[in-house]
Amino acid sequence: MSPAIPILLALALGLIGWLAARSRAWAMRKAVRAEGGELHSLPNYHGWYVGLWAVVPALAFAAVWSSLSPNLVLQQVLSDPAAQGLPAFGIQRDAILAEAQALAGGGGATGFQKGSAALVEPFRAAMHTYAVIGLIVTLVLGFAGGAFAYLRLRPHFTARTRVERAVMVGLLAASLVAILTTFGILASLLFETARFFSVVSPVDFLFGTHWGPDPMSEPSSVSGDRYGAVPLFWGTIFIGAIIAMAVAIPLGLMSAIFLTQYATPLLRKWMKPLLEILAGVPTVVYGYFAALTVAPLVRDFGHMIGVASASSESALAAGLVMGIMIIPFVSSMADDSIAAVPQAMRDGSLAMGATKSETIKKVLIPAALPGIVAGVMLAVSRAIGETMIVVMAAGATARLTANPFESMTTVTFQIVAMLTGEGSFDHPATLSAFALGMVLFLVTLALNFIALRVVKHFREAYE
Amino acid sequence: MNTLHTLDSIDPKITARNVSVYYGEKRAIDDVSIDISPKYVTAFIGPSGCGKSTFLRTLNRMNDTIAGARVEGDIALDGVDIYKSGMDVVQLRARVGMVFQKPNPFPKSIFENIAYGPRIHGLAASKTELEEIVERSLKRAGLWDEVKDRLTDSGTALSGGQQQRLCIARAIAVEPEVILMDEPCSALDPIATARIEELIDELRGNYAIVIVTHSMQQAARVSQRTAFFHLGKMVEYGKTSDIFTNPREERTKDYITGRYG
Repeated sequence: MSPAIPILLALALGLIGWLAARSRAWAMRKAVRAEGGELHSLPNYHGWYVGLWAVVPALAFAAVWSSLSPNLVLQQVLSDPAAQGLPAFGIQRDAILAEAQALAGGGGATGFQKGSAALVEPFRAAMHTYAVIGLIVTLVLGFAGGAFAYLRLRPHFTARTRVERAVMVGLLAASLVAILTTFGILASLLFETARFFSVVSPVDFLFGTHWGPDPMSEPSSVSGDRYGAVPLFWGTIFIGAIIAMAVAIPLGLMSAIFLTQYATPLLRKWMKPLLEILAGVPTVVYGYFAALTVAPLVRDFGHMIGVASASSESALAAGLVMGIMIIPFVSSMADDSIAAVPQAMRDGSLAMGATKSETIKKVLIPAALPGIVAGVMLAVSRAIGETMIVVMAAGATARLTANPFESMTTVTFQIVAMLTGEGSFDHPATLSAFALGMVLFLVTLALNFIALRVVKHFREAYE
Repeated sequence: MNTLHTLDSIDPKITARNVSVYYGEKRAIDDVSIDISPKYVTAFIGPSGCGKSTFLRTLNRMNDTIAGARVEGDIALDGVDIYKSGMDVVQLRARVGMVFQKPNPFPKSIFENIAYGPRIHGLAASKTELEEIVERSLKRAGLWDEVKDRLTDSGTALSGGQQQRLCIARAIAVEPEVILMDEPCSALDPIATARIEELIDELRGNYAIVIVTHSMQQAARVSQRTAFFHLGKMVEYGKTSDIFTNPREERTKDYITGRYG
């Protein structure tokens, strides 16, 4: 039986409850109005009140049940006499159970594992039992909820207030999902990071200058001197915060000034969306643009000006393309904050006999500066977390150098390399990815936090 | 309708002849002619939307900043057409300063607010000279004693009335010949308003001052010449005392006595 059936039935119950409550409320309204009174809430709100009571508890149960029932099914199958012949532990036992379950559910599995056929029937029986239990309880809950709500309807019943409160709770739950996810990410990172730091000391990791983890080495013989992450931090900052920003800040700021101050409304209407398309291009597309087009040009240019070490993967190529990618981040924040400077400020300056560019330079930019700075910080946090471009164009060599023509690697690149590498999952080389992720997470969190504070300050100043 | 040459014996500072202003298709000002005296305070009064602010903004070409605004007719400053091609708007606005409805100090220090104009026009050769200009301007605007110990504080931290006097000081700092004021007291309380009105009276004679106001009492208190605008036309212009006690036009009389507006 498909898990969609209880959900659909619960929704159907809700619809019935909605219609029934609404028509009852209409009838009540007619009766109350005949005596010169009025309902507290419109009939629709009565409908929604009953509908929500019918649907929400039932669906909540269905959700909980769908996560509980597989375990219950397994328990029942294992207690079946047919399960006595299973191997006690290990991969084979799991494989047999999984296959029997797939066969019982009508999946396309073949009877490949010996012994699975005998378990199909117990599985089918158990799944059927629990599905029926789930369906019945769901329906009973839906009906009970609906009936409870329906019986409470009175002319002075405050259905509107209650429905509004339910809407508020729903919205709150939606926003909590995002927040709780952030905490979940942080918790999982923390756990794995702690495992890494139990092998490699944080001091070696944060201040060491040699990065060369060997995923194939014996985990017990790992020492901290191969886990110095400073070259990765430097590569990340050099590419993401220096080269990319050297491209994105001037271009983004100047395009924002042009769009807000010089462009005609028609031109602005066309140019702004076109510029913002840049933000929508998948980063992998930027990646091969960087690797196939920009990187060779950068290398040839390096050779031309006499940098013999210029390589076909370079920090400069990755940084330039990353800078282009984040222009929209800088320009749209700058655009918003320049446009938010009151017209009175602009008029005041122009009326003093200032030219347009003097007004922009001396009044608009200083007044919009907090917003611009916030935009730049968001752009930096975006740039240092960027992965595809550096994977494709920056190279894999951890190197502490200020020569932009050489290949360089970043934190994000190494996270990918370590997690998809050949080491086992609990090897320190693999775990180092979590420590790197943790650093990245904290840095971008700090940048975002500062940016938000700056923007808030800016808003206060212009109320 | 123009009896101005007999009104004042000296040459006018600004002469406007047959001026019409359009916003797109809409005519906001219809065939206005007026002479502005260099010695007096001239008030523009009239109900909201009558075009008095629009007309004020044509006098230093601030309407240029509004997309779709178009000016017809002639406006001359000391006999020179300010709408002729090749007219330097920057120079014009240095000579014809403006104070706005809402105080709009820049988000800079008090000192920098005043120094803004002299800097962009290169009026001060040295830092000492600049400091002198700032002090002189603040003194003329009657703000010096209140702010002399905190010139580095932000201009936006001052009270509304102080901010407006700061804006007047800022306008004075570039030594304009005309100061246009667009309802300078409409965002201020009565005490701050009284202070600004006193200031306008003190400044009279040194600058030609044109003030737009929706308050007839204010026009009566601060001005010597009054123009009454209605529906984009200038209905009547004359000595303030005549306008208020003995208007020639029926519409002026109705407005003065509070029949509409």
